[in-house]
Parts: sequence; structure tokens; C-alpha cells
Amino acid sequence: MISAGFADPAQDSQRSFRAVLEAISRPGRIFALPPLAEPPAPLRGALASVLLTLADADTPVWLDAAAPLDWLRFHCGCPVVAQPGAARFVVATGAMPALAGLARGTEEEPHLAATLLLQVASLRAGEGWRLTGPGIEREHRLAVAGLPADFLAQWAANAAGFPRGVDIVLCAGDSLACLPRTVRIEEAG
Amino acid sequence: MTEAGYNFGYLDENTKRMIRRALLQAVALPGYQVPFGSREMPLPYGWGTGGIQVTASIIGADDTLKVIDQGADDTTNAVSIRRFFNRVTGVATTDRTAEATIIQTRHRVPEMTLREGQVLVYQVPMPEPLFRLEPRVAETKRMHALADYGLMHVKLYEDIARHGAVTTSYNYPVLVNRRYLMSPSPIPAFDNPKLDRMPALQLFGAGREKRIYAVPPYTEVKSLDFEDHPFKPARADAACVICGSRASYLDELIVDDGGKRHFVCSDTDYCASRPPLQEAAE
Repeated sequence: MISAGFADPAQDSQRSFRAVLEAISRPGRIFALPPLAEPPAPLRGALASVLLTLADADTPVWLDAAAPLDWLRFHCGCPVVAQPGAARFVVATGAMPALAGLARGTEEEPHLAATLLLQVASLRAGEGWRLTGPGIEREHRLAVAGLPADFLAQWAANAAGFPRGVDIVLCAGDSLACLPRTVRIEEAG
Repeated sequence: MTEAGYNFGYLDENTKRMIRRALLQAVALPGYQVPFGSREMPLPYGWGTGGIQVTASIIGADDTLKVIDQGADDTTNAVSIRRFFNRVTGVATTDRTAEATIIQTRHRVPEMTLREGQVLVYQVPMPEPLFRLEPRVAETKRMHALADYGLMHVKLYEDIARHGAVTTSYNYPVLVNRRYLMSPSPIPAFDNPKLDRMPALQLFGAGREKRIYAVPPYTEVKSLDFEDHPFKPARADAACVICGSRASYLDELIVDDGGKRHFVCSDTDYCASRPPLQEAAE
């Protein structure tokens, strides 16, 4: 049995997209998405909504869980690829795939980079990392639970390759925050 | 009430998704031109098809839309685009800059400082700032990849050598986040400083050239210049005849056969929100 997607695709995808657009424009700020009635486990509401909003036949998707594959194929009609490096959207609900293994675009066409949709345990604003860069007036604070220990080293390597690089959408429950490749992250101190 | 038979926002959902993906890449790459599959729209290229497609992909039922053409809400282009969105989305429209959540613009930035939560959508005829210096797209792509913008500096230098000053008064090239050279669209150079660290999100759509680019909020946007010839935004040295403003950008009007000139604010909402000059003063 395949669970439902958006109740009103045009309106619901617009609301989800504006949340993602605001989130990537203001890195590290947390935005709540309208709750999705039946996200397919292990996907939670925000991650499932982002897929319904952005994935289609033009975007190869890699997924680290098999359970939502039928749901994904039915609602998005997207090709599902076996290697994360071949995907436009890389979906991780468990361990984060290495950023260096994902598509990062080219110097001339950096927009051909993958976006990592990463489901994490929790997002908290006002504490944790200090984020600076485009979209941030002075600094944003963001605490993320459930990332690999070497995440900041991987992120520094990703950001150093600008304009090439991966953008990350961090999803927790019905909320999300974005880390575009332009953002600089410092450990709280 | 929206027109029957049209999807919300006119574009189909597949097209919106494609444009939305391009917009997200554009925000992650400030100033970089992302190619997109521009659609045929119910008005010709040059009338804002790029801006309309961007607006159609972001607009929602809760938005309030303002459309300006050279600063004015009541010109043909602005009126027809506003009516178009009213028909295909049913969203509220406004003339007031402060009330709008999305402002689509042709060739001006509003005088009022924009705030967080607002989105400024520019209509762009030619997104490539190097186009007049290097017509080959393959070559300009490589120049952007290498951040090789010497050609543009030579052009500005030659202006100074010949005329004593940079003669570009609109579409003045900017460097975004110290990386990409970007055309701010044909806004007057007077407006360039407003792009720098603007709290609102700025999106640019070029329909014929099929490019989308963006400047995220609070991002450095620097007009190209030289240490000994700093960038100077130009403005007519006059006051608006309606509101008396000496700070806003002015349009020049010839009002009689003798060549008598008047200056009025280009931004009609800014002008209307100020107290008019007293009749006696004239």
C-alpha cells in the first residue's frame, strides 16, 4: 500500500519550496514545513515533502533505505540510481555518505552538483555551530545532532572547492535547515 | 478568483519544479548564471518572461505582489504583468512597497529599503555581463570559471582614459561575494549600492537567454572600480517637482516645445508616500 503524497500538489509544493528557498537563503535558520499526513518510514515529514517538491523524472535519486522506494517512484517518477555519486538528490536517513563521493559539478558548470537531503536526529537554533557567509547578517547558530564525527572536516573540504560543491538540506521531523556550499562553519567556542 | 483551465501560477508543475531547482542552485552560487528550460509565455521576449517565470515558480496564495516598470506601478508592462498574476493565481496585488512580499521589477530597485521576508525579482534582458566584450558563450563560461574578469577592467580603464570617468550609467557590472561578475540588469548605476547586503532575497530571470541567477540576503555586491577612480552613482542634480525629493532617482520630462525640463521621482510609490510640495512654492 503506497501512502498519500501532497493533498493539494500545486499549493503544498509551493509552500514547501518557499520554506526550502528561505532556508537556503538564510543558512542555518530552521523552517517548519506544513506536516505531511503519511510520510513513508523511515522518511519523516520534511524530507518526504522536499522530495515531493523537487524530485521528478529529470533527477536521479539515491536512497539509503529500500522501504520508501515504491512511494518515491509512484509520486515523483524519478530514476533511482545505485551509486550516490550518480544522483542529483542523495537521500540519507542513516549514516551520511562521504561528501567527497557526491557529484560536485564542474568549474564551468557548478550547478550540476548533487544536493544531500540528510535526515538528522534534531536541529536546534541559537546554540552550537557559528555560521557565517552569504545570507547571514552577522552569524547564525545551529546545533545538529546525528552527524559523523568528521563532518566539519568534510564540510571545510567541500566549501574549499567553491564553486564546486554539495549543498545540504538537514531535515528533522517537520523542520529543515540548509547548508549551501558558501557557508562557513565554526565549532562553538 | 483564478481563471478556469489554468494551473495555479500558469506554469505546469514540472516546469515549476525545474525552475525551483535552478533557483536553489542559483542561491547556493551567488551571481552564477544557472541555465534553465525557459518556456514560451503568453507575451513576447523582452516583456519580462524571465521574471514572470521566476515569480510564477515562487508565488503562493498568501503572497502580495507588486510589479514595477522603471519604478512605476502604472505603466503598461507593470499593469499587464500584475493583471496576469491576478488572473492565474488570484493573489493580492499592491502598489505599496512596504506591503509587498514579492516585487517584480524592470530596471529599478525601489527607493525604500527592503526587509527580510521580501523577494525582489528582476527582469533581465541580457544576463551575461561580458557579452559586449566577448560574444562567444563557451569563452565567457571559461572566463567565469577562472574568475578572469580582466577584460571588463580594461573596458572601464579605457572609459577613464578617453573620457576621464566610467561612462556606464546603467547595467553597471558588479562582483558578487568576491567571486562572480554579474549584470545587475539595466538598473541605473544609482541603484547598485542598494544591492549590497540587502536584507531581501534577489532573484534574476532572463527568459530569452534562459538563465536564472540570484543574490542571497546580506551578500556583498561590489560595483567594479579602481582605487583612484572609485565607483560614483550618478543622479540628476535636481529635485522632484511633485514631492521635492533630492535623494531619489529622477526621470526627466520635456514639458513644452521650448524644451522646458521637469524632473520627477522614478519610484511612484516613494513619491506618493511623501507630502506633496505646496502650490504656493511653485
